[in-house]
Amino acid sequence: MDFLPTLWFIIIAMLWIGYLFLEGFDLGVGMHLLFSAKSENQKRVMLNAIGPVWDGNEVWLITAGGATFAAFPMWYASLFSSLYIPLVLVLLGLIFRAVAIEYRGKGVSTRWLRGWDLALGLGSLVAAFGVGAALALTTTGLPLDANGDRVGGAFAWFSPYAIVGGLAVVGFCLVQAAAFLALKTDGDVRYAARRFVAVALPFALIPLVVWVLAVQVREGTPVTWALVPIAAAAAVFAWFANRAGREGRAFLGLGVFLVAGAASIFAACYPVVLPSTLNHAWDLTVSNASSSSYSLGVMSVVACFGVPLVIAYQAWTYWVFRKRISGAHIPAPHIIEAAVRRA
Amino acid sequence: MHAMDLDPLLIARWQFGIVTVYHFWMVPLTIGLGPVVAFMQHRWHVTGDDRYYRMTKFWGKLYLINFIIGVATGLVQEFQFGLAWSEYSRFVGDVFGAPLAMESLLAFFIESTFLGLWIFGWGKLPKRIHLACLWVAVVGSTLSAYFIITANSWMQHPVGVELHDGRPVMTDIWAVLTNNTAVAAFTHTIFGSLGVAGAFLLGIAWYHLWQRRRDGIDTVDATGHVIVGEAPEIRGRDREDHRVWLSSLRIGAVVAVFAFAGVAITGDVQGKLMFEQQPMKMAAAEAACHTGTDFSVLSIGNPGSRDCSDVTGVIEIPGLLSFLAHGDFSTPVKGVNQLLPEYQKMYGTHLPNKAIYGDRAGEAIDYVPIMEVTYWGFRIMIGFGALAAFAAAVALWLTRKGTVPERKSLMVLAVIGITAPFAANSAGWIFTEMGRQPFVVAPNPSGVDGVFMFTAAAVSPGVSFGEILFSLVSLGAVYALLMVFELRLLVKYVRGGVASAVPELGAASTRGGSRGPGDDENGPDGPSGAADDVLAFAY
Repeated sequence: MDFLPTLWFIIIAMLWIGYLFLEGFDLGVGMHLLFSAKSENQKRVMLNAIGPVWDGNEVWLITAGGATFAAFPMWYASLFSSLYIPLVLVLLGLIFRAVAIEYRGKGVSTRWLRGWDLALGLGSLVAAFGVGAALALTTTGLPLDANGDRVGGAFAWFSPYAIVGGLAVVGFCLVQAAAFLALKTDGDVRYAARRFVAVALPFALIPLVVWVLAVQVREGTPVTWALVPIAAAAAVFAWFANRAGREGRAFLGLGVFLVAGAASIFAACYPVVLPSTLNHAWDLTVSNASSSSYSLGVMSVVACFGVPLVIAYQAWTYWVFRKRISGAHIPAPHIIEAAVRRA
Repeated sequence: MHAMDLDPLLIARWQFGIVTVYHFWMVPLTIGLGPVVAFMQHRWHVTGDDRYYRMTKFWGKLYLINFIIGVATGLVQEFQFGLAWSEYSRFVGDVFGAPLAMESLLAFFIESTFLGLWIFGWGKLPKRIHLACLWVAVVGSTLSAYFIITANSWMQHPVGVELHDGRPVMTDIWAVLTNNTAVAAFTHTIFGSLGVAGAFLLGIAWYHLWQRRRDGIDTVDATGHVIVGEAPEIRGRDREDHRVWLSSLRIGAVVAVFAFAGVAITGDVQGKLMFEQQPMKMAAAEAACHTGTDFSVLSIGNPGSRDCSDVTGVIEIPGLLSFLAHGDFSTPVKGVNQLLPEYQKMYGTHLPNKAIYGDRAGEAIDYVPIMEVTYWGFRIMIGFGALAAFAAAVALWLTRKGTVPERKSLMVLAVIGITAPFAANSAGWIFTEMGRQPFVVAPNPSGVDGVFMFTAAAVSPGVSFGEILFSLVSLGAVYALLMVFELRLLVKYVRGGVASAVPELGAASTRGGSRGPGDDENGPDGPSGAADDVLAFAY
């Protein structure tokens, strides 16, 4: 009976994990722009490492949102309206970041570049933190009434889990981005990124581990607990691989860490998709929040055909742009003058 | 609910209107310009004519400057149903969510991934593949328009559902995807978008042809035919440059005329559907109070008063309204005064006393949309659309001898004319959305009883006025700022001419046509002289 809602819970979990895995390094690169890059050339190396793929990666977020709307309208409605202000901040962050990536290189003045750097870096930071906070709160609960509406005012969602979740995603993005830059660039950026992974990984992943453990302690089952050591082992593996200069393995290790960690969270919460902290009778679950089986059936057919296709052509994009980017690849800035005869 | 008696519903509606109209300034340009740029690249691929390479690069650059704002503001579109309209999302999610999810999965992924391949693929991908990437991205944009209009059309004309526990539940996805309202609105929107692209090309190309004349590069002979010149000291102002702008202008004008023909035909179909599906919207579009009112060219009084005794037709065309609605000149069209009791009988005179209506429970329902908006929205849409098409036809005539007249005022008009189809598009959507009020999901007269929703019930019950005010102010400020940046960049790149998009166009414009398709059919795109390891495009 609950087969389709469960399937859709899994699909949505996959979409979120896909989003964090892929956009994790995009958002992280945005943040690194603020403090890791030593020169304009290095900034552009970083930016162009994600250049061809960042927009496609962001669609994972839109799809996670859209799929939640289609498959679990009650979850979508309650989560989004309850987290009104934080999600508006996420949107503002993502807007600034997207426009900054596209517009930054279209001017040359220091003010222009600095301004868009800030937009990109802070936008990425706010978006990463907000997404993390929202995801953490959907696993730990919000003050919802029987109708699924938030009670207690605009900031009633706040709990320490929001901070833990926010830091978890920010920390992961920073490490993930450094591992990505080590893998995808050459020269100074590559080696600086490697050093960042070595130093930061043990600290930056702590909040995510805290979130995982908090959920496990509350809701964990032997199966979901079993994922925890896998995640931990993957993180340790990533650290050693990075130290050995095996950048591909380090990146992969971080990916396994994320998948196992996030999967342990989602699986532990199942079948609850959004708990009410006021009364567990008002929890939103895969059965009471989902769409009809007809609707889910239609969407399942679409997803069966659509998701593998997306993965295939996105993978092809990464293949096309597989070459490492270095400072020598970056063209000189293009100065644009009006095509008019001067008087 | 004490001291702060400020209305979340009203401000939420303003917010939806503002962010959506704004979003739909970027979107039609994206949808319309995409296929035009792909056509240019296709021509380049087939003919090897350097003119088309330059056109692809230049218009492609403007396309991307605009595209990103559409993407960025599109995020808000997807999130805001859940943010400010949670009751709406709960009510319609079973059917409305599906096209939205399909839009992401089947359209946005394609659009963004393949556009990334196109942007960074110059000089990297084989020519055919590179061109194909743009076409695929264009298909993605078009599909996204189709899915979102399918979703909107369900709100205009709900089909393919049954009522379970007071909520519509989808029973027929095919009916939702082939909703006649969606087919008409989708084609209407695509043609409307092509009209935007046409006027955009026309205005900007006119400016450059005029600039070339003003700078004394191009002159005309005694018969008025152009004598093309060149100015080696200005980057990109060679002889080829003249062909770039003349072709762009002609393509733009033809697209604009053709688009208007399509808009008129699909609009007629859509209008006839609306007379059946939402008769009140169409009566309000005409400020037609009495059954049998004639088509109004001008009505005075105060259509906004919603009081029919206050509206007087000044110029009316007998029979035309019947023709627009029913295809003949005699069947009378129902007026507001006749429709009102019908609506009241079917959907009630007062909002039910339910918690979902909040403070509005029990209020009288006003079934007449704000006539000032519907009446003028309808006329601005048609008027500006027709004006743009007429101007495009005149432009084709004026440029028949190979350049534009020297008069500055005409150039200014051509540039200002770019805004006309934008205004028509905005007015059309404002009309169609405001005309649906007081419903957010309009009842389908031949559909399942009870499948409709009043806008008053749609807003998020838990969200306060202050929260929505915060988002309205912050989004509004950011959107205004982005508009400044987009316009600044567009102006800068437009003024730079082709050289702003083709950096290798040096001041000493002595390049030969070394980049024909005969060079290397399967070799990578882009200038053949470029060093292998420098990116052809970089952020």
